[in-house]
Amino acid sequence: MSNAVLDTSPVDSADRGSDSLRHARLPRWAPLGIAVLSAALGSAVGLVADLSSKAQWGLIAALLFVGITFALTTAVEGVRQARDRLATSLVWVCFIAALVPLASLVWETVVRGIGLLDGYFLTHSMSGLRDLQPGGGVYHALIGTVQQVGLAALIAAPIGLLTAIYLVEYGGGKLARAVTFFVDVMTGIPSIVAGLFVLSFWIILLDFGYSGWAGAMALAILMMPIVVRSTEEMLKLVPNELREASLALGVPKWRTILKVVLPTAIGGITTGVMLAVARIAGETAPVMLLVFGAASINNNPFEGPQSSLPYFIWQQFKAGNQYAYDRAWAAALVLIGLVMLLNLLARGIARWKAPKAGR
Amino acid sequence: MAKRIDVSGLTAYYGSHKAIEDISMTVEPRSVTAFIGPSGCGKSTFLRTLNRMHEVTPGGRVEGKVLLDDESLYGPGVDPVAVRRTIGMVFQRPNPFPTMSIYDNVAAGLRLNGAYRKSELDGVVEKSLRGANLWNEVKDRLNKPGSGLSGGQQQRLCIARAIAVEPQVLLMDEPCSALDPISTIAIEDLIGELKEQYTIVIVTHNMQQAARVSDRTAFFNLAAIGQPGKLIEIDDTERIFSNPSVQATEDYISGRFG
Repeated sequence: MSNAVLDTSPVDSADRGSDSLRHARLPRWAPLGIAVLSAALGSAVGLVADLSSKAQWGLIAALLFVGITFALTTAVEGVRQARDRLATSLVWVCFIAALVPLASLVWETVVRGIGLLDGYFLTHSMSGLRDLQPGGGVYHALIGTVQQVGLAALIAAPIGLLTAIYLVEYGGGKLARAVTFFVDVMTGIPSIVAGLFVLSFWIILLDFGYSGWAGAMALAILMMPIVVRSTEEMLKLVPNELREASLALGVPKWRTILKVVLPTAIGGITTGVMLAVARIAGETAPVMLLVFGAASINNNPFEGPQSSLPYFIWQQFKAGNQYAYDRAWAAALVLIGLVMLLNLLARGIARWKAPKAGR
Repeated sequence: MAKRIDVSGLTAYYGSHKAIEDISMTVEPRSVTAFIGPSGCGKSTFLRTLNRMHEVTPGGRVEGKVLLDDESLYGPGVDPVAVRRTIGMVFQRPNPFPTMSIYDNVAAGLRLNGAYRKSELDGVVEKSLRGANLWNEVKDRLNKPGSGLSGGQQQRLCIARAIAVEPQVLLMDEPCSALDPISTIAIEDLIGELKEQYTIVIVTHNMQQAARVSDRTAFFNLAAIGQPGKLIEIDDTERIFSNPSVQATEDYISGRFG
């Protein structure tokens, strides 16, 4: 290794030559130019070779982009810069590859769902309608999702929060390690398993009926570990100096946690809880098993079947006719909108509550 | 208001590691005692044993006796929270509470310890900020966040916060090491004023500072890395810096250490 370094150093100094700090550089627009060129070439190859899949076009364009960038930079700027540009172009390609499904998903949902989405759709249920018929709405499912997710959050957020506080502020022994382990295990529980657990315990063993509440319990099981993990990370970010400053003022530990640690971390904790809410808002399996699904409005989550947005989407898609498809897409748009609204809300709270550095 | 601290045979551990061994000394009331010594010799650890902050560190454990005017700090039934209310502490890095305003930072100790009337709080906050020589700089922006102040102002805010609960003793762990010379002078002047009312213990790496602000100086040293730190000697500051009784102290002070 050291030999190699020694070997290159004369070359390096020779390379620097008389004008040692200046190098030939590609113009600033070069990456963009290469990108456009690669896209054009990729499309051309795709057309000529009659490749049906646009993914193949994109792949060819991406490979061309990386290859041309590397070759051109090697020729003009030298090997070190070429490696730098190679890494940069790979990062760009991956970034775009990650964005494509996201953007196309949102685009597809908006285009297909926006047509049906209006006040009527949001305020009416499927009561008295068959899936073959046009019309109807998503209100009953929206109510179901809001109530079930709200109840689940009411159960899971306090338990998760207190567990995280225990782990970070009090834990450290065998119990804390065991709790951490089981929280990790819980993170991996498939939603259908959580649903089956509540089904066998609540509905079969204790003989309660289908209800939004039963679904909320399963959702809470799914939500709890996420809240614990995110809150734990946020509490760990609170500098120990703040805890010590408070303790050194003669403030008891529980007040220190309540008045100093939690307010400092509240922004991140809120975001974590909201992300967990967003995660469970899209769960279908527990709803199928425990809430049963309903076509009409049921405002009482503790009694009788309800619906929910993911369940409604699945059920309409299964119905398999154009009206039902349209309703499914519109409901999907409502679900995405709801989750986005929650995220914006969380970010707003996080920004509002975050420690301010202004003068 | 100030009280004397008597330490005898104090040994502190981090888990199984012995950090300081068999330290005995007396800290006089209404005076400034400075702790000097190389890094890792246990000055800060010893300081933290004086208000039971050492045990906040996981694995922290103390043996020996600390008396505050004849009352044992480590006796059975002693509440560490009460100890820390009596013996305040200022840390190396300024650490105002980021979620609180300047006013709330100073009021934090009182407010977090129980209900206070607003008028009472106002008085205490002004008195503490004046005591920390910060009042004139912040009186117009008491409701702005404390983290918006400069480093030196933040440290004085922390001192105001510490004296707001009216402790008997004030422990300072390198309070100026993160500050510029001008802020340092401000804090040193403040220490000179505070010693009229409080017993002050200050840890410092700056020997000129120890010579400037303290009445008595304690020199700590450790035999080797990994060995527990020990108190080499404690004496009047003048004597320590002119004619110490132990050779190691003179070596350290004159820079011939190691």
